[in-house]
Amino acid sequence: MNLLSFRGGIHPPHSKSMTEHLPVEKALEPETVVIPLQQHIGAPCQAIVEVGEKVKVGQKIGEAGGFVSAPVHSSVSGTVKKIEKRMIINGTGTCVVIESDGLNEIHESVVPKGDVETLEPKEILDIINEAGIVGMGGAGFPTRVKLSPPPDKKIDVLIVNGAECEPYLTADHRLMLETPEDVVYGLRAVMKVLGLEKAYIAIENNKMDAVLSVKEAAKEYPGIQVVTVKTKYPQGGEKQLIYACSQREVPSGALPMDAGAVVSNVATMSAISKAIRTGMPLIERICTVTGDGIVEPKNIMIKNGTRISEIVAQAGGYKGDPGKLILGGPMMGFAQFTDNLPSTKTTSGVLVFTEEQARLPEYNPCIRCGKCVDICPSFVQPFAISAYSLNGMFDMAEKYNAMDCIECGSCSFICPSKRPLLHSIRMAKREIISKRRKTK
Amino acid sequence: MERKLIVTSSPHIRSNEATDKTMRDVVIALIPATLAGMYYFGFQTLIVVLLSVAAAMATEAIIQNMRKQPITVMDYSAALTGLLLALNMPPEIPYWMPVVGSIFAIAIVKQAFGGLGHNFINPALAARVFLIASWPVEMTTWKFPVDAVTEATPLALIKGSGVLPESVSIFNLFIGKVGGCIGEVSALALIIGGIYLVYRGVISPRIPLVYMGTVAVFTLIYSGFNFNFMMFHLLAGGLVLGAIFMATDYVSSPMTAKGQIIYAVGCGLITVMIRLFGGYPEGVSFSILFMNVVTPLIDKYVKSNVFGGVKK
Ligand code: SF4
Ligand code: SF4
Repeated sequence: MNLLSFRGGIHPPHSKSMTEHLPVEKALEPETVVIPLQQHIGAPCQAIVEVGEKVKVGQKIGEAGGFVSAPVHSSVSGTVKKIEKRMIINGTGTCVVIESDGLNEIHESVVPKGDVETLEPKEILDIINEAGIVGMGGAGFPTRVKLSPPPDKKIDVLIVNGAECEPYLTADHRLMLETPEDVVYGLRAVMKVLGLEKAYIAIENNKMDAVLSVKEAAKEYPGIQVVTVKTKYPQGGEKQLIYACSQREVPSGALPMDAGAVVSNVATMSAISKAIRTGMPLIERICTVTGDGIVEPKNIMIKNGTRISEIVAQAGGYKGDPGKLILGGPMMGFAQFTDNLPSTKTTSGVLVFTEEQARLPEYNPCIRCGKCVDICPSFVQPFAISAYSLNGMFDMAEKYNAMDCIECGSCSFICPSKRPLLHSIRMAKREIISKRRKTK
Repeated sequence: MERKLIVTSSPHIRSNEATDKTMRDVVIALIPATLAGMYYFGFQTLIVVLLSVAAAMATEAIIQNMRKQPITVMDYSAALTGLLLALNMPPEIPYWMPVVGSIFAIAIVKQAFGGLGHNFINPALAARVFLIASWPVEMTTWKFPVDAVTEATPLALIKGSGVLPESVSIFNLFIGKVGGCIGEVSALALIIGGIYLVYRGVISPRIPLVYMGTVAVFTLIYSGFNFNFMMFHLLAGGLVLGAIFMATDYVSSPMTAKGQIIYAVGCGLITVMIRLFGGYPEGVSFSILFMNVVTPLIDKYVKSNVFGGVKK
């Protein structure tokens, strides 16, 4: 089989066997949810409820705070207890704290919105917008913005990312196995919005069961092509997927839309489908709770705003003393120093390492083996950017295309000297961005 | 539990690649050539190898101890330098020379520039050239394996007369029944080691193939398409050893694919120039050293296009 792929990349151990065969379980009802008003890239929402107010499932509680923003909704019915700053992933942010009444009353606005066949593209876009749908694979970019490119950007390649190339995570895999119709339905809606006849769903070849199940669900739609891509990290990177499916390179410093492409995650498609068919906005998602520091790894459907500690408890709790708690996958996820944090629309995984696994090795001098250069999917020279960055020579780091780094972490992973490559490249990127801001 | 969680930036996992494993693989890859040298030249080669390796490791340990640095002699890199140097010596070398060479390689070429990863030229090669310059007689007295007489190497023979010596067949050159340095005689053993390195992902075949390919093309043209002449140049002397084990040294060779090709072509061209027109019969060490020095320039000017950069 001639598998689609990109140049570079690595093969980290999958570590998916703990959860890939486990059907998605429904989480226990949280007694309290803490819903951050910022769960996406862009401006935070404004709260539109008050302390003491009664809310229902699916009720909008935060209005989008700007063009690049997406509203948030309550995931339970109950009473708003507090609106205050709390710790969220990577910092603090205003959160709406809701005490559940356990009744799960559905809000009146949650009614089926119609059908893809009959809805106008503009109407679909509005539904997506109102449902607070954001990219559920990565940074949480508001989907409405992604689907409204400026008129001069002609989109002709649409790719649904079902690669799930991060080790350990199986949430997308289970979604594609258990509800492939939702993925296909959501995709048809997006195709209509973009006015496209054709689209790809890309799945790595270590999930052939998902390939078959999605193919089956899509068989009546000849425009939807399920493609098998090579199991390789970062196959799910936007630019890498676009290249694998269309042989197009997104120009350096540009966005996928500049190459005429849009990439979105399978979970996002499923959320769009739910928003159209049932009217339910994005208030829950599948999350893989896994790692050697978890007693009973699972795939769980969790409500937005559930505390991470509760999610861990439902997977049997910690095995021994946890060493590291990561939200997301091991390659790009964020390590947290507490589990007293709320989950969000982008919490695809809760990964717990043992103390043993948590320790990163000491690093040694670069032996110029060139491995980081060979595997970098952005074709930059990680060792050089890193060296300049560590010496404070950020101009040189910029000349060596630091800004093209997609922060996939492959270079740090592969380096035999265990050098903190991505770490130092991030530092350079931050410096370069702040310098650019100043000179503008 | 709160305070004990470790927070670091991603990625949170690392491959099990490690520098010492890489170096160990190179040492393993050199075993066939070392054994071939012992087979053809006898027991004293083992002493040369042991002395050279021991001196290299001891020097590294002493210097690191003096500088209060972590002692890393067990990472195989010093051992590898010692082994490579030994393999680049004539079998009948006086026993003090491998010791002096290894001390020079580690103390001057490697540690004085900051240790592993900072030496801009290959320490073993630099030490070899240092020894040739200081003690030319000892470094170029050869033992011919079959009848154990002291005689010139095949390359020296061809140098003098310009015709192929009848006493040396291509087959004997290939398996190593000729005079020369301990580790360079058996192309077969070296190639086995090279295949192992490629298989283990330690080196890409790019540099060795382009290097030897360049030598092949130019000697073929020079000799008016005399195939034997070309084979002779490929198999005699230290070309195979140099191309597979010395030119591919990570620290002193370019890192990009394009850079490596330029570097390997450079090595090949200079080797041919020295061998055909220069004063020495052998040009491999000098050419690799020269290209080592050029490597930073190559790395500076030859960059890969970034993804989405200028299209081909
Ligand atoms: S430099 Fe950036 S893009 Fe390249 S491998 Fe490292 S993290 Fe990935
Ligand atoms: S992978 Fe590590 S040791 Fe190899 S060149 Fe890159 S930074 Fe240096």
